[in-house]
Amino acid sequence: MESTQIQKYPIYLVGNPNVGKSTLFNALTGMRQHTGNWPGKTVTVAVGEAQWEGKRFEITDLPGTYSLSGFSPDEQVAAQAISECSDGCVVVVCDGTCLERTLILALQVIECCRRVVVCVNLMDEAVHRGFSIDSKALSETLGVPVVLTAAGREEGLIELLGAACSVMEQPPMENRHFPNPIAAAEEITAKCVSRTHPEEPWRLVLDKILVSRRYGVPILLAILFLVVFLTVTGANYPSQAMAWLFDWGYELLNALLETSPPWLRGLLLNGIYQTCTTVLSVMLPPMLIFFPLFTFLEDVGYLPRMAFLLDRPMCRCGGCGKQALTLCMGLGCNAVGVMGCRIIDSPRERLTAILTNAFVPCNGRFPTLILLGSIFFPGAGSALVVAACILAGVLVAMGTSGVLTKTVLRNQDSTFLMELPPLRRPRLGKILLRSVLDRVLSIALRTLKVAAPVGALLWILGDLGVLQSISDLLHPLGLILGMNGVILLAFFFALPANELLMPVIVMVLSGAGSLGDTACAADLLLQNGWSWQMAVCTMVFTLFHWPCATTLMTIRSETGSNAKTAAAAALPTAVGCILCAMLHWFFGKFCG
Amino acid sequence: MEITLDQLRPGMDASVVRIDTKEVLRRRLKDFGFVPGTLVRCCYRSPRADVSAISFRGSVLALRRRDLARITGRL
Repeated sequence: MESTQIQKYPIYLVGNPNVGKSTLFNALTGMRQHTGNWPGKTVTVAVGEAQWEGKRFEITDLPGTYSLSGFSPDEQVAAQAISECSDGCVVVVCDGTCLERTLILALQVIECCRRVVVCVNLMDEAVHRGFSIDSKALSETLGVPVVLTAAGREEGLIELLGAACSVMEQPPMENRHFPNPIAAAEEITAKCVSRTHPEEPWRLVLDKILVSRRYGVPILLAILFLVVFLTVTGANYPSQAMAWLFDWGYELLNALLETSPPWLRGLLLNGIYQTCTTVLSVMLPPMLIFFPLFTFLEDVGYLPRMAFLLDRPMCRCGGCGKQALTLCMGLGCNAVGVMGCRIIDSPRERLTAILTNAFVPCNGRFPTLILLGSIFFPGAGSALVVAACILAGVLVAMGTSGVLTKTVLRNQDSTFLMELPPLRRPRLGKILLRSVLDRVLSIALRTLKVAAPVGALLWILGDLGVLQSISDLLHPLGLILGMNGVILLAFFFALPANELLMPVIVMVLSGAGSLGDTACAADLLLQNGWSWQMAVCTMVFTLFHWPCATTLMTIRSETGSNAKTAAAAALPTAVGCILCAMLHWFFGKFCG
Repeated sequence: MEITLDQLRPGMDASVVRIDTKEVLRRRLKDFGFVPGTLVRCCYRSPRADVSAISFRGSVLALRRRDLARITGRL
């Protein structure tokens, strides 16, 4: 490397899933990281930077893998990177609570790389559970440096960078061979790991209760209900606070733009600003409550148990238990749910899960459902309305999965294998919370990119006074579906984010120049002749129509196929149209 | 005595003798260190016994009944 540039030491992190690799990566790099696609593959790889004693390290977080001969895109990327990294150091991350299994990968890596450091992570938990690991003996047996870390507590990070640095500054070591890595891992573990005290009984007892015949499913439903309840009720307050703050910002900007021409002010403020802030104030608070709760469940190890319990019903619909998890993530945000489908290894089930994820209502659709529910079914209460809608969404998602796997996707292969990590005490650290925050913010940014131009378009069309004519044009189609032109128009403009649906309806009905305040929606809807039948059809179409733009973009990047993305948009739309038309016919026949 | 692993009840141990599952699953299991000779134990099963939690080498895997029925073990 040129002397003018500071030398960067490349480090590649590799390891099994669930060994705290990403936590280690975040702890090492802090905020100095970015994610990007691996060249030619739809696999995201995070790259970050760390410094130690004036040296700079470029750290690549490779996807989790169980072996170097795997066939999933993730595993191929990891294997390819390791085979090409002659310049850098590979850090194999092992799990201190489960060293034997994670050593199998480490031995494979030591065989094919000449600069390796073995990092035994999760040591805080391992010590707590009574594992004692002799790192010196381990290092001597493996022939590479071994560092014990607890990334969640930021312990052992400096030692790890030091070891990586010394490995890269020394000549590469001799290649070693382990003809039978499984047997070797067993032997090495027997030699280097001892137990100071046996497994505490509470884990096993709790585990048995959580998956038991009698309590398993009720506990699961109670937890899900609690998560949704906390999200729905908890989001109200920050939502109102943000709306108030954005109103204040509106006044401020209005004063600043006072001298500018009215059309510019209208376009920027009533168009773009109003649309973006409406989306943000409705979208961010529930996501910021839902995802930390979900991460908490993931962290204590409950999620795999949930998949374990739900595998049977999902299996009957051609899915697998992991699809249940992605559906639950979809409750928070369908885009995240679609990304979560990566945990499903079998291609058929993964595609089914991606295509049907938008059937469960994300929390961007909750406000619409709650608002319509409270206006037209005042006795029901918002929790019940949301629960009924989620149930409907899940049932239709499962039904559609079943139909898909028995028809178009029939011949694709499927296997199910899932790791059940031990139940853990939660260790929600700032690192973990920050990664949640990062994810939510990146989704919000992606949404704003679409919301801004659509907001501008909405304002222009409103200003030209053509919104009404467009809705008249859509009116006949709306009637067939038991709705009306205004509602269909609003669904089109809610493409960037479902949060926009009710504000657009209020805007068109009230004839205002910008998005409406939904607080006064009740009177407005009743004045414009909404019936409860129409509200039901609107709610059904809210559940089942094209996914929002962010979700569609995510599906495009996850599947890498325009056809599959189109299918993901067409499928729920078709279901929604059929259901709405049937409901309309049914209401006409039996409810006057 | 040889049995297929779907018959392994919670708390029972066995040593894997033969894995006759699909090639994909066999390779996956090998990545986890699940090969003939491995000592396994059934930790618990799902409510209808459709999925079993099988522990070996310090980790626990969930496997479906129809896959376990193709794996032979010795008690």
